[in-house]
Amino acid sequence: MGLASSAIVQTVLLGAALLGAISGMLGAFAVLRRQSLLGDALSHAALPGVCLGFLIAGGRNLGAVMLGAFVTGALAALCMMLIIRRTQLKTDAALGIVLSVFFAVGVVLVTVIQGQGGAGSLGLMTFLFGQAAAIQPADLWIMGGVGLVALGLVLALWKEFKLVSFDPDFARAQGFRVTLLEAVLTVMVALAIVVGLQLVGVVLMVALLIAPAAAARQWTRSLGAMVGLSALIGAGAGAAGALISATTRGLATGPVVVLVATVVVILSLLLAPGRGLVWQAMAARRARARISDGRVLAALQSVARDHDDPAHRVARGVLATALGAMPAPARLAALERRGLIRTAHQPPDPSPHWELTEAGHAEARALSGAPAEPSR
Amino acid sequence: MREDQLHEPDQALHVEDLTVSYGDTPALWDIDLDIPPGVMCAIIGPNGAGKSTLIKAALGLVRPVAGHVRFLGRPVAQMRGQIGYVPQRHSVDWDFPTNARDVVEMGLYRSLGWFRRPGRDARARALAALAEVGMQDYADRQISQLSGGQQQRVFLARALVQDAPILILDEPMAGVDAATEAVIIALLKRLRDAGRTVIVVHHDLTTVQSYFDWMVMLNIRIIAQGPVRETYTPENLRAAYGRHLALIADPAGAAP
Repeated sequence: MGLASSAIVQTVLLGAALLGAISGMLGAFAVLRRQSLLGDALSHAALPGVCLGFLIAGGRNLGAVMLGAFVTGALAALCMMLIIRRTQLKTDAALGIVLSVFFAVGVVLVTVIQGQGGAGSLGLMTFLFGQAAAIQPADLWIMGGVGLVALGLVLALWKEFKLVSFDPDFARAQGFRVTLLEAVLTVMVALAIVVGLQLVGVVLMVALLIAPAAAARQWTRSLGAMVGLSALIGAGAGAAGALISATTRGLATGPVVVLVATVVVILSLLLAPGRGLVWQAMAARRARARISDGRVLAALQSVARDHDDPAHRVARGVLATALGAMPAPARLAALERRGLIRTAHQPPDPSPHWELTEAGHAEARALSGAPAEPSR
Repeated sequence: MREDQLHEPDQALHVEDLTVSYGDTPALWDIDLDIPPGVMCAIIGPNGAGKSTLIKAALGLVRPVAGHVRFLGRPVAQMRGQIGYVPQRHSVDWDFPTNARDVVEMGLYRSLGWFRRPGRDARARALAALAEVGMQDYADRQISQLSGGQQQRVFLARALVQDAPILILDEPMAGVDAATEAVIIALLKRLRDAGRTVIVVHHDLTTVQSYFDWMVMLNIRIIAQGPVRETYTPENLRAAYGRHLALIADPAGAAP
């Protein structure tokens, strides 16, 4: 039986891709609003809710679990807001406190439920690190519904979300309901987390929010492209991770999804045109080469001028002294290829000499008159 | 006082008894302030004097403990589309994935209303506003690749595109080059001469007399307010900045 034809694998793949797309889309806004860590706190705070859902429903009931996760997640967000408003603590400290306290309560509840044993505890551990194989066909309807609502809201409120993400003060001064819009964005992130729990788990859920957005930012120049690409990367990472984990016995899905997404992020950070590290290193190299070539041309011209002979052949030692060091042979060869200098011999001296061509003189004059523009 | 009645409609900005506090430290204390229409007004004062807080409270971005604010007689909530606001450049992340024209179009979002997207008309107006600040060649440039002065001009264009009778700018000259400062000031003066009211949080005392015709001196409380000619005096400057300022603040020396 082929992989794709297995109904279970199809369900898992579709679910993981859906979830990745939702997280990627909403994560783009969270990252741009510098709220990525809020997602981390919300997902950790969902664990006690998951446990309560198990306890109340007496087993793995996705509706009860999601409701519980949403309630304790919202409670955590509320606590955080109160701490920031009412105390001197800053956002990072408030996040840390709320995240660890709620997670601790969750872990205590997990051990309590497992201590009781019985059918109720089965499947609880999958919510810690995620288990794609646990996704049921019925779960797809919930994921699809959440995805449609999120997509609809993002499309309908596109310009409002863009404005609030870029400049909330200006948005408020323009009379937009900024608090409401920010709340909608945050609630949608919470929904994505709740839906994604069983796939990725509470511990690593935040990676599915941040990683696709961080990778997408590297390649894009507009918000629309970033959100779209982020959703695609999320879907790809989710599907790939789920596939690897579902076909390998006992491999938790969350870590695999995160590793796949991380590879995409690393490649994006390195290779993206304009923003990638490799691209920037190459641009810096080109700039250095241009400057050093310019200095060679200027030195040759100045020596030629001293001798009142445009075709004066400059000896190796003279060039090295004028520049402070001998230029790399590759740079001289490049200049020669561009037809700006010519190698020549000045008998009886056996060592190579260089002279400027007509084009070389013109280029040197141009460089001294108008310095090359910095690349921008 | 009822909300639908005009209160002090002859003032572009009227502030009464305004008090704002962060925790237990007052940022603004019992501010009474009137700025008439058609002037170019500087709000000056030392660091921590509450200059930005004053305009944020006036715009309803900061909630005051007491007091009320009226623009042309109306509360700010009824005047949203008629006030152009230029926040401090550093208040946003310029690595946001967008270009200059897109940022300027944001100034039109309000007039578009919910759900509608900017179209060809918005694009044309945004380009015109960019041209007004000399940035027409940078419309498609990523905002992260603009210099500080260019970013400031884009922000100004975003306020201009609204075509509002009142403009409020928070430190528009902070960290911009001389060329940009000249462009901004020339533009603001043109707007003032066309009858708009321009209110600028300003930090450079040496240029107050040449740039502005009205001023408000602030240091938590109002120190002085009125036409620059009568208000820019050594006594007032010393009251706002302390006695060490005598050298810089000699009005005769700085006169245009």
